[in-house]
Amino acid sequence: MVNYIWLFMIVSGVVAGVIQGNVDTVTEAALKGAKDGVAVCLGLISILVFWLGMMRIAQEAGLLEKLARILGPAARFLFPDVPRDHPAMGYILSNMSANLFGLGNAATPMGLKAMEELQKLNPDPKTASPAMCTLLALNTSSLTLIPTTIIGIRMEHGSANPTEIIGTTIFATCCSTLAAILLDRWYRTRWTAKE
Amino acid sequence: MLETISFLSKIMIPAILAFIPLYAAYRKIPVYESFVEGAKEGFPTAIQLIPHLVGMMVAVSVFRETGALQFYLGLFKPLVAWVGFPEEALPLGLLRPISGSGSLAFAESIFRTHGPDSYLGRLASTVQGSTDTTLYVLTVYFGAVGVRRSLYAVKVGLFADLCGLVASWWVVTWVFGM
Repeated sequence: MVNYIWLFMIVSGVVAGVIQGNVDTVTEAALKGAKDGVAVCLGLISILVFWLGMMRIAQEAGLLEKLARILGPAARFLFPDVPRDHPAMGYILSNMSANLFGLGNAATPMGLKAMEELQKLNPDPKTASPAMCTLLALNTSSLTLIPTTIIGIRMEHGSANPTEIIGTTIFATCCSTLAAILLDRWYRTRWTAKE
Repeated sequence: MLETISFLSKIMIPAILAFIPLYAAYRKIPVYESFVEGAKEGFPTAIQLIPHLVGMMVAVSVFRETGALQFYLGLFKPLVAWVGFPEEALPLGLLRPISGSGSLAFAESIFRTHGPDSYLGRLASTVQGSTDTTLYVLTVYFGAVGVRRSLYAVKVGLFADLCGLVASWWVVTWVFGM
């Protein structure tokens, strides 16, 4: 599906450029996109280095195991095929907590670490495992209590009450997360049956 | 309640920053050495993401800048008018899953023209805050471990985005009114 979306975006972009008679924009846009991609990765370096360092301390101190034990029941429901004491659980839970508190910066390194651990359990490393899909679903729908970025921007634009959208955002994010979990469950059941 | 939450979010990182090393020191862990050991993984991970992110952002950029996005938005208009969704917010719904910076810029343009406390401003805030950029998350998370086949993950993510959009529309209209 990613292949189709990718192809669709590129081809329709080029066609649109040609029809409008400005092929130059296509080239410009492509190079700008490439530049942005590298810039995002470079920006990620500091965040990843910092948080992966902190996470290693937490892991060696046994904090991740503790977290996994406290929040275990919810995680076991969402990730039935990950062993209870597997390190992946600790990372998954720290990823979910970081998202919940609106710490997007911290959530990514923890999520990537969780992916890495899930990859160790994955029989076919080129294909995502159902557990990886569930983790992805949780992150794309991003269950959050405080949408920090948007509150900041509302403030910048002189909102009289920048935080008034927290309630509506929590409602909407709960709906999207619930939808993601249910649909993921449905696909997962079909997938496991097929395997 | 809201104040407690935003206070918690503000002190969260400093608290984590103090708590993790202190607890680890109590458990006799060489804190600085383990920090460095873990931090080493950060650089290769970020570098490994470059091909994935460049590939995806080139496609998104070409799709957006050439006017292809505008064209598809036009196709959606009749449908959107039919269900009664505010037309001005439509680009946000389509941009949100594919480009985080693009949708944020669009939300800002709504804030500038209509104000953050308008109906559209509140709707844009809620849509922007309630989901993450599906395509970006997919690229980064699967790219970091080298997964090529993503099974049904894209469908799940996009469907969740749609649900988030509809839920935002409904709840903003219900809570704040038109």
